[in-house]
Amino acid sequence: MSVTRTPDTRIEEQSYGFDPGRAAPLLLQHGHSGRLGLKYRAHGDNWAELELPWREDLLGEAERHVLASGPIISMMDTASSLSIWTAQGRFTAIATLDLRVDYQRPARDRAAVIGRAECYKITRSAAFVRGIAHDGDPEDPVAHVAGVFMHIAGDPGNG
Amino acid sequence: MAEAGRDAALTPYAHSLGIVVHGHDGGSPVLACKFNTNVEGRPGNLHGGAISGLLETAGYAVLRSELSKLGRSHRLKPINITVQFLAPGKPKLTYATARITKLGRRNANIAVEAWQDDRSRPIATAIMNILMAPEDVTAGTLGST
Repeated sequence: MSVTRTPDTRIEEQSYGFDPGRAAPLLLQHGHSGRLGLKYRAHGDNWAELELPWREDLLGEAERHVLASGPIISMMDTASSLSIWTAQGRFTAIATLDLRVDYQRPARDRAAVIGRAECYKITRSAAFVRGIAHDGDPEDPVAHVAGVFMHIAGDPGNG
Repeated sequence: MAEAGRDAALTPYAHSLGIVVHGHDGGSPVLACKFNTNVEGRPGNLHGGAISGLLETAGYAVLRSELSKLGRSHRLKPINITVQFLAPGKPKLTYATARITKLGRRNANIAVEAWQDDRSRPIATAIMNILMAPEDVTAGTLGST
């Protein structure tokens, strides 16, 4: 994956050149996201939705069939990045500055978890994201998430 | 520090990322995770989610260790976690451990740090609130317990 510097990320100047439906499968097949088996589900103007499949090797407790919270953080971090690129219409280098997850309840036994992140504000230096994770009913979330991401300017080594 | 090794107390998820108990420092477990493709985000960098997972695992490990010393037995449930990412995670060994800021009867507040070469320069920190439910409670939600 290569990254080029973009000096301006204001929403009104986007070209909508980033298609998460096409980019996500490529981005998600490698590394940590690939290990978790993250799958693209849907996107809108400023949001993206991923799915974390239930898997025995991602459990939080060996004796219970509930996904650990760590993979949920990973999914929301990844969905957040996708929502930012979708909102700004460009793939740029961004770094997570701060990510908060409030857990409302455990996911259900053997349930996949769906994560939807919405990029609600982009400034010259930062992008603000909020989202939820749920296991079937978006009205009854497993977790709420809030994050701030920074644009990484001009680092040619930034892959 | 004591000898490193796989710890049965770590979750299946932690094992799948390659997280191990590296040793102990002042009686608290110190975890470590070798760089591997399972924790890679942007090529050559740790994934923020994997760093978060390591921090969270360290928070639970330190709390479980302390509760065990106190002879307390609880089912631990996450309330929340706030992660601050301070520097990119390079492709090298990453450590994490935690300090219990407040150990109450029902919840604990825990400060976690992850570092690589230099412990005084953490790559990420986290604050976690963990609910300590009675061991016999197997179901239920945070809101109803």
